Amino acid sequence: MFDGILTITIFLPAVVALLTTLLVRGDKSDQYIRWISIGATVVTFILTAMVFFGYDRDASGIQMVDYFERWIPIDALRSSYVVGVDGLSAPLVLLTGILGMAAAFASWRIQHRVREYFLWLLLLQSAVLGVFTSLDLLLFFIFFEFELIPMYMLIAIWGSGRPRYSAMKFVLFTLAGGAFMLVAILALFVTPEVNTLAMVSIPELGIVGIPEIIAGADLVIPAALIFTFFFIAFAVKLPTFPVHSWLPDAHTDAPTAVSVMLAGVLLKMAGYGLLRINVGFFQETRGFTIHDVAGAMAVVAAISVVYGGIITVRQTDMKRLIAYSSVSHMGFVMLGVAAIGSSPADTSAGGLNGAALQMFTHGTITGLAFLMVGLSYDRTHTRHIPHLGGLWKKMPLIAIFFLIAGFGSLGLPALSGFVAEIMVFLGTFSVWPWATGVAAFGVVLAAGYTLWMVQRVFFGERPANPGLADDVYDGLTDASWVDMIPVIALAAPIFIVGIWPSVVTDVFDLGIQAVLR
Amino acid sequence: MTGQDFWALSPEISLAAVALLVITVDLMTRNIGRVVAVAFIGLSLPLLFTLNLWYGWFGDPATGAALFDTFEADRFSLFFKFLMITVTAGTLLASNHYVTSDKVKAYGGEFVSLLLLSVTGMMLLVSATELITIYVSLELTALPVVALAAIHRTRRSVEAGIKFFVLSAISSAVLLYGFVYIFGFTGSTHLDVITQRLAELPSEAGVPFGSYAVLAAVVMIVAGFGFKMAVVPWQMWVPDVYQGAPTPVAAFLSVASKGAAFAVVLRIMYTAFGDSALMQDWSGLFAILAAVSMTAGNLLALSQTSITRLLGYSTIAQAGYILVGVASVPANQVGASFAGSGPQGAMYYLAGYAFTNLAVFFAITAITSRTGDDSIEGLNGLLKRSPLLAGLLIFGILSLLGMPPTVGFMAKVVVFGAALNANLAWLAVLGVVNTVVAAYYYLRVVRAIVFEDPADDSKISADVPAITATGLAAIGAGVFGIAPFLLLEFAESALSIV
Repeated sequence: MFDGILTITIFLPAVVALLTTLLVRGDKSDQYIRWISIGATVVTFILTAMVFFGYDRDASGIQMVDYFERWIPIDALRSSYVVGVDGLSAPLVLLTGILGMAAAFASWRIQHRVREYFLWLLLLQSAVLGVFTSLDLLLFFIFFEFELIPMYMLIAIWGSGRPRYSAMKFVLFTLAGGAFMLVAILALFVTPEVNTLAMVSIPELGIVGIPEIIAGADLVIPAALIFTFFFIAFAVKLPTFPVHSWLPDAHTDAPTAVSVMLAGVLLKMAGYGLLRINVGFFQETRGFTIHDVAGAMAVVAAISVVYGGIITVRQTDMKRLIAYSSVSHMGFVMLGVAAIGSSPADTSAGGLNGAALQMFTHGTITGLAFLMVGLSYDRTHTRHIPHLGGLWKKMPLIAIFFLIAGFGSLGLPALSGFVAEIMVFLGTFSVWPWATGVAAFGVVLAAGYTLWMVQRVFFGERPANPGLADDVYDGLTDASWVDMIPVIALAAPIFIVGIWPSVVTDVFDLGIQAVLR
Repeated sequence: MTGQDFWALSPEISLAAVALLVITVDLMTRNIGRVVAVAFIGLSLPLLFTLNLWYGWFGDPATGAALFDTFEADRFSLFFKFLMITVTAGTLLASNHYVTSDKVKAYGGEFVSLLLLSVTGMMLLVSATELITIYVSLELTALPVVALAAIHRTRRSVEAGIKFFVLSAISSAVLLYGFVYIFGFTGSTHLDVITQRLAELPSEAGVPFGSYAVLAAVVMIVAGFGFKMAVVPWQMWVPDVYQGAPTPVAAFLSVASKGAAFAVVLRIMYTAFGDSALMQDWSGLFAILAAVSMTAGNLLALSQTSITRLLGYSTIAQAGYILVGVASVPANQVGASFAGSGPQGAMYYLAGYAFTNLAVFFAITAITSRTGDDSIEGLNGLLKRSPLLAGLLIFGILSLLGMPPTVGFMAKVVVFGAALNANLAWLAVLGVVNTVVAAYYYLRVVRAIVFEDPADDSKISADVPAITATGLAAIGAGVFGIAPFLLLEFAESALSIV
């Protein structure tokens, strides 16, 4: 079975990137590479939209499967190339398409080592698309790890501040998490009753997935340990308290477009993994199930939300502020996952749906926020909040869209952040009232730090000294039309999902129902 | 000797003949370029005979034992012979520039023929099924390397040669002592007879291997080979020799010599001590060695400033990963469907590691022979000075680190999977933790290449043969990573001894 569209979608950015790197030569090559790379991400966006809207909601299940069985055909490691989408992954594929395109447009002004920059950016997009569509655990792992090298280069070469330190920290944190995941994957595979790497069942192909057979299996190492290994990998990536410390550094030092990709889609790989693997595999395992630790997850989530929020309030660097707010917001994803409850009877599908939607909305909202910080920084050359003020008069468009990102982030009704957070709260409250109650405090904090920052940066008076010099302030310009393309691309989904959530939630629901079985 | 013996020995005989031919050509022409060409083309002969023994092109190849049961040209040995010939061809290509340089020009012919003689020893070694033959082959392998390490005749190079010689002699003595115990206990030097006798002998309950004498023998044998495999605690010579010896020799040592040692250890353990009860005993021994080797190798590599020393410690850690495969014996396995995955993993790892490490060493050779600086800072800004070599070097290093989709990643997956399957979960966990530690120093090299500013902006252009060898090795590391089944199926069919 080979549908083809997913394979083309995954590898199109990578292939285009490699070809342009090798083939485009000459004086104006930088300009050509920009155009070709942006073109590739636009085509990829169209393809991901075709995947999302082409997903047949009545048929549900796994669709658009590409299957090559004999990839590693020996008994020691029977892994196949199998990609496909279901309700859980289809919206995330679309999200990657949107953000990949936005990031490419936002990289328009990159001047330094253009050829390499777009190579890594496009490889990154391919890796993320691969993560969301892989249905074989080893393939999933390969894409999950492959993303590290592009990310390392992008932060270390084009970053600011202490880029090499931050890039290395990012790689070591993620690699450590990934190493645990590899052990967990192998442990599942070598268990005789499991002996497969299929993440889901695909009846048409005769593939029986791990969720179906893991219930009766005597795992070679205890299920609790395997669960923990997967959990560590995803907790680092999400990130959740106390393994979040790489994120503010990586975000702050990364170039704008890379922050957009990092916050927008890379963190979502962790949420996706939690739902697909930790929830999907460990509901009926022997001796230990996810229900045993759902309460602990809720507590960790609540700590992440509140701790992340409190730290955020204290930040004076705009980018670092948004980075810490991500810790808080991704805590809601973990909280929604905890709605699996302490027993199957307690499970609240609404909470899990909320977690999935929170991933999608956080991707667009925080992506937009980073984009706006980038645009503002390009002009003022500072991100230090006390130095700014009164920018509203000089760049109204940037201020407006910054405000939209801020409102989305604090959960203003009619924007997508509101829908996601309310779903998480309603879903999880019946299961973990205390943790949810504490986490709800995070929304108050979000309103505080977001509005306070917007107020200080864009409104009010210019600080006298030390602030922006008069000539810099007078020379400030608003966003140009090229700048506005990625802004619109990210702002549109915030409104669309806010007003008409079911366009995404209906699809997510199909995926969550399948994961919950 | 019968006709069949000649048939079975054809690769080794032809290779020794090529080595002698090389000396003759060297004496007659004194033209090093021609000598290397003769050696390179001459390698096709043993290659042809090896392939013939595998596929049986010219009639049914000699299977079974030869030379009074001391030698067996089975598929297991052919797998390694094929690998060694490939490695030698690559080493010749990559050292083309080196042997024609003024440093060794006077000994270029000797360099090539010693290399070929050492490989002959290795090829005999992987086929030997009898202890005396194993010992003699091992000496044939080691002695040419002593001369190769010292060939510069500089202080450091001679020191490397002497160090290698002395430690090699000591390890051989220990090995021989172990062999003597086995012979005294079983009355035979033939591996297959030893396994029968060991089963017949009374065994003491609760003692590993059923007797302290056998235990002592196994420990001494493992210690003897531990030197060749370069695993902790017999690793002291590695960084010194790698730094002192010419880099092509270090490349050759790190791959071919190590591969041969692992092959013979697999053969001895799986034939002489192949009883499933004994397997569990030596599995534990190798598991400990693996754990110590990876951890110590990686930790010691962290603080190195010389790239060759760093690579020396890295090969020690890599040997630890391969030992994980050796330790993962089928006797401990949970299900029956994975027979051979431990040794198969070790073979896959060895082959993949060979390509990877050669790519790295060849690139380093090409660079250091031109800059004359073997510190990590010497690689600063290499991406600007030589984009192609830098790209190949980075790729090789990422494969050593185990980044997907390189062969280094796949090999680690297979080996750690085998360990989990053999109830060695702790070893697999330790292995992956080690890969994270290793990431730090490997990425330090990548960082120097990509980010640092070069001290000197001049371009580095390597000779075509060296670039070709490096490129082919890197392509191997890539292809066998993306399409692992190519090598794994080969290794599976080679595992007839298990």
